[in-house]
Amino acid sequence: MIKIFKAKKILTMNPAQPEAEYVAVRYGTILGAGSLDALKGWGEHEIDETFADKVIMPGFVEGHAHTMEGTLWRHVYCGYFDRMDPDGKIWPGIKSKEGVLERLKEAEQQLDDPDTPLPGWQLDPIYFDNVRITRQDLDEVSSTRPIGVLHASGHIMNVNSKALELGGFLKPGLNHPGIPLGKDGLPEGELRGPDVMTPVGIHVGFGRDMLDCDERGLRDFGKLCVRAGVTTVTDLAARLQEDSVDMMLRITGEDRFPACVVPLRFFHGLTPKELVDHAESLLGQSTQRLRLGRIKIVSDGSIQGFTARMRAPGYYNGAPNGLWYVAPDQMAEIYDLALERGLQVHTHTNGDEATQLAIETLENALKKHPVPNHRFTLQHCQLADAAQLRRMAGLGMCVNFFSNHTFYWGDEHYRLTVGPERAERMNACASALENGIPMAIHSDAPITPLGPLFTAWCAVNRITASGRVQGAHERISVEDALRTITLGAAYTLKMDGEVGSIEAGKRADFAILEDDPTTVDPMALKDVPVWGTVQGGRIFSTADL
Amino acid sequence: MNTPDKTDQPITIIGGYLGAGKTTLVNHLLRNANGLKLAILVNEFGELPIDADLIEAEDDNLISLAGGCICCSYGNDMVAALMELSQMHPKPDHVVVEASGVAIPGSIAGSVSFLDGFSLDGILTLVDAYTLLEKASDTYLSDTILRQLSDSNIILLNKVDLIGAPALEEVQNWIAEHAPQAQIIQTQNAKVPLAVALQRHDSFSTEHASSQVQHIEGFETEFLSIEKPVDAYSYGTKLIAKHPHLVRAKGFVRDVSGMMKTIQIVGKRLDIHDAPQGVKQGIVLISQKNIPSM
Ligand SMILES: [Zn+2]
Repeated sequence: MIKIFKAKKILTMNPAQPEAEYVAVRYGTILGAGSLDALKGWGEHEIDETFADKVIMPGFVEGHAHTMEGTLWRHVYCGYFDRMDPDGKIWPGIKSKEGVLERLKEAEQQLDDPDTPLPGWQLDPIYFDNVRITRQDLDEVSSTRPIGVLHASGHIMNVNSKALELGGFLKPGLNHPGIPLGKDGLPEGELRGPDVMTPVGIHVGFGRDMLDCDERGLRDFGKLCVRAGVTTVTDLAARLQEDSVDMMLRITGEDRFPACVVPLRFFHGLTPKELVDHAESLLGQSTQRLRLGRIKIVSDGSIQGFTARMRAPGYYNGAPNGLWYVAPDQMAEIYDLALERGLQVHTHTNGDEATQLAIETLENALKKHPVPNHRFTLQHCQLADAAQLRRMAGLGMCVNFFSNHTFYWGDEHYRLTVGPERAERMNACASALENGIPMAIHSDAPITPLGPLFTAWCAVNRITASGRVQGAHERISVEDALRTITLGAAYTLKMDGEVGSIEAGKRADFAILEDDPTTVDPMALKDVPVWGTVQGGRIFSTADL
Repeated sequence: MNTPDKTDQPITIIGGYLGAGKTTLVNHLLRNANGLKLAILVNEFGELPIDADLIEAEDDNLISLAGGCICCSYGNDMVAALMELSQMHPKPDHVVVEASGVAIPGSIAGSVSFLDGFSLDGILTLVDAYTLLEKASDTYLSDTILRQLSDSNIILLNKVDLIGAPALEEVQNWIAEHAPQAQIIQTQNAKVPLAVALQRHDSFSTEHASSQVQHIEGFETEFLSIEKPVDAYSYGTKLIAKHPHLVRAKGFVRDVSGMMKTIQIVGKRLDIHDAPQGVKQGIVLISQKNIPSM
């Protein structure tokens, strides 16, 4: 059955015909784009006018996200910025501590059983002068049920007295930098660092398997994809245990699951050999909507948490250098083995020292295993300087910048973490393109919201939350940004042959937009409404989710 | 800090960069556990060469070993693994956490401090005598190595057989300068008496002293029987002076006051406190042998 979709405009990302009016689809595959005359020759068809007044783009590809966002939406949203949930409801951002407590109280009143935990997420007190939420504040919400509010960073949590009690922390004498104490010698209720969060977190609904999404979470994540125009999405740090792979196969295989999910095997807790063996063994289980067999390494921490590995001159505020999360020799072994077996590795590097290590390690590994077309990708790579980018280009590496950072934490980087000069060149999109480095840009959802058009807006405008342009020279054009969120990201996943553009033979994955992102004011790019998506020829309207 | 109480499980953290011998040490401890039920927590199972005949059962995260020892992998979440361990019956006598090669052992110790049911026994960091100075000047690693050393109570200067005396002296001095708080013990193949590595479990009854004492290559163990009351403090001080290569001593003496006292020596540090009921006089000394003179 051939269906020919008519659109107001189709932005194909195919340089041979950048724009078209019709696209023909058969069994989920694109037969071609172009004029109706050109497409009629395929034979008997039906013309679908659903998108006659819409703009069609290739389905967006999010190259760095985590499906756990789907699960987080079952908790109370406490973020500073407006954010849309899987059902399309926009939760207004909360601008004060009082507001946070107010929202928690509203959610509390919905709960009957006085023992049910109340988890919240996405708190970011830097936007309200770092006012700390104490256990006493949260006790006003409830003293009977455990309450815990996770920060946007994912590394800090504020809890009430009940939660502290259940976790065994409501006692004097604790002596740990991650557990600030009040005047009474008891914890104030803020818990910093994953280790400290664990004993209490399990009682407030943040269990140890937080990285893994559950069934409903994955379905909800699918809905978020449709709302953001995303048809291919990574789950960038998955442990991929047997039951979780089975679950993902089952859910993504459902008739109405709307995206192709690409989970990367997280390196932690395995030797290089076990890791590579496991990733390789998963390859054969890949389906149309679940792509397995890639590896993710995390080499350092975060810049705003001062745990990223920095080269001289280090942190602007004088903080000591951050932490390695992988031993250099271990990274080298993983790179060697992965190249040998033809597996792709994505490496999280935030600080420029981590980036340097990854570059040097790959350079050495490639001398031993000169694998063409490896497409090893640096994820975040926020502080890479010009020389590092040139060297990455020379090695055939790809990059996936965290462009959303410029908006959400750009002001912090400017005044606190790395200082003005390096803040201006963070997430250097223009330099990367100039060097011909295959590039993607990302949200790292749930750290920031899934939304490639917003991410593109960040790369195009480089506006911080306070409204300053930070690093004007690294801004890129709207056209470049749109290619980056489609074909660019697909390239970093070695999927550019099947998605990322609207061309004959590719999967019929479309983002359906209400407006033309190439003609709106670049400052309005983030506001272009998404009607829905087409994934593998199946239509998903945000209105029907 | 939690006050250690008798029911707390002692935890020893084993740190050190890749190749320093952490896995070798863990296996050495397992092979010499001598009835002590050890729980070994490793980051991953990968290279743990446990003899097949020792393994009783195996599942994804837990290996049960002969003699009641177990080995678990903690992967991403050490705190969760320790919490699970604290629910285990029967309780292991001593927990050994093998840190990853770039972990800062002090932060693991920090986590132990807030966990009920555990208390820190010590941080033992291994270094490879042959490569330490090179690693310590590596652009990427130097600060991590220094942080590991400065967190340690004990540094096992391992693989001393691989280098000559002058080079060994240089490494030893370098460590002493950068980690003055730590006791440095030279080893080959990470062979160290259990009583040295796991401090809380050097307990012994003086009746069985000789059978409980392990004979570990590179170390010399002596048992001193004591007949008369002594001045515990001056006796301990004299032991330290008379035995320049003493790494550990523990025993009981009847003080001139008539009270039984426990004498413990770790390196050059002497600790004297009231002895438990019913012990007999006697001291076990563990010294290093064949140390090149410095
Ligand atoms: Zn991420």
